[in-house]
Amino acid sequence: MAVEELHPENWVDRYADYLYNYTIVRVNNHEIAQDLVSETFLAGLKSMKHFKGEASERTWLIAILKRKIIDYYRKINSAKGKAEVRIQFRDTENEGDWLEEQVEDLSDKTAEDLMENEELGLAILKCLDSINEKQALIFKMKTIDGVDTETICNEFEITPSNLWVIIHRARKALAECLEANWFKS
Amino acid sequence: MKIKIPCDEANHICDKSQYREATFWEKLRLNIHLLYCKACRKYTAQNQRLTQTIQDAHLKSLPDKEKELLKERLHQELNK
Repeated sequence: MAVEELHPENWVDRYADYLYNYTIVRVNNHEIAQDLVSETFLAGLKSMKHFKGEASERTWLIAILKRKIIDYYRKINSAKGKAEVRIQFRDTENEGDWLEEQVEDLSDKTAEDLMENEELGLAILKCLDSINEKQALIFKMKTIDGVDTETICNEFEITPSNLWVIIHRARKALAECLEANWFKS
Repeated sequence: MKIKIPCDEANHICDKSQYREATFWEKLRLNIHLLYCKACRKYTAQNQRLTQTIQDAHLKSLPDKEKELLKERLHQELNK
């Protein structure tokens, strides 16, 4: 296997969304997730010389991120004594319903579902690596961020038909990659 | 207006409809095409499955502004 190299100038474009999705399900807070991602990149820069090239860039960055998340858990855990207790008051009209509501909430999203979704999300982002970077970016804007066709066309100076060709290729590649890596396992 | 459309057009409409950008007439023509075209039926099924999968994944992306800031910061660190 070829020795992997680090390209920090591409980190944000290539891995920011991946690391962010990995983090957000674990810390459940946008600001904190964002901070952890940037800390990960900075820590990565500092320890670049320790990178042996045995793992992929992504695996290496995830390993750093995992440590950052654990540190974060430790920090909030030690601050636990001071934690504030929040009580949600419900309006009296729905009194008596609350038990069922809470049961519903629980069955709605089990931890397992969340993990499954998270892995799926990461699989999708990983599959996007196999297509050209600019095309992946356009696909993400359109599909994940829901930016409209006109805005994307203006930003990238392409025509709508260019856009649809890119979307078509991306969808095909993504579907094939997911068939091979996700649905079969 | 022609009712029969070629496969590439059918696929194009199918892609657009994944983003709710296909018109009623386009969808009608696509559906007529699908009646007799097995290959496009397969593509449409695959495409819909992909849309559903992406929805199920609840993907989020880091806002562009944050990415730019992050890039700048990394760039500064690199040139230190």
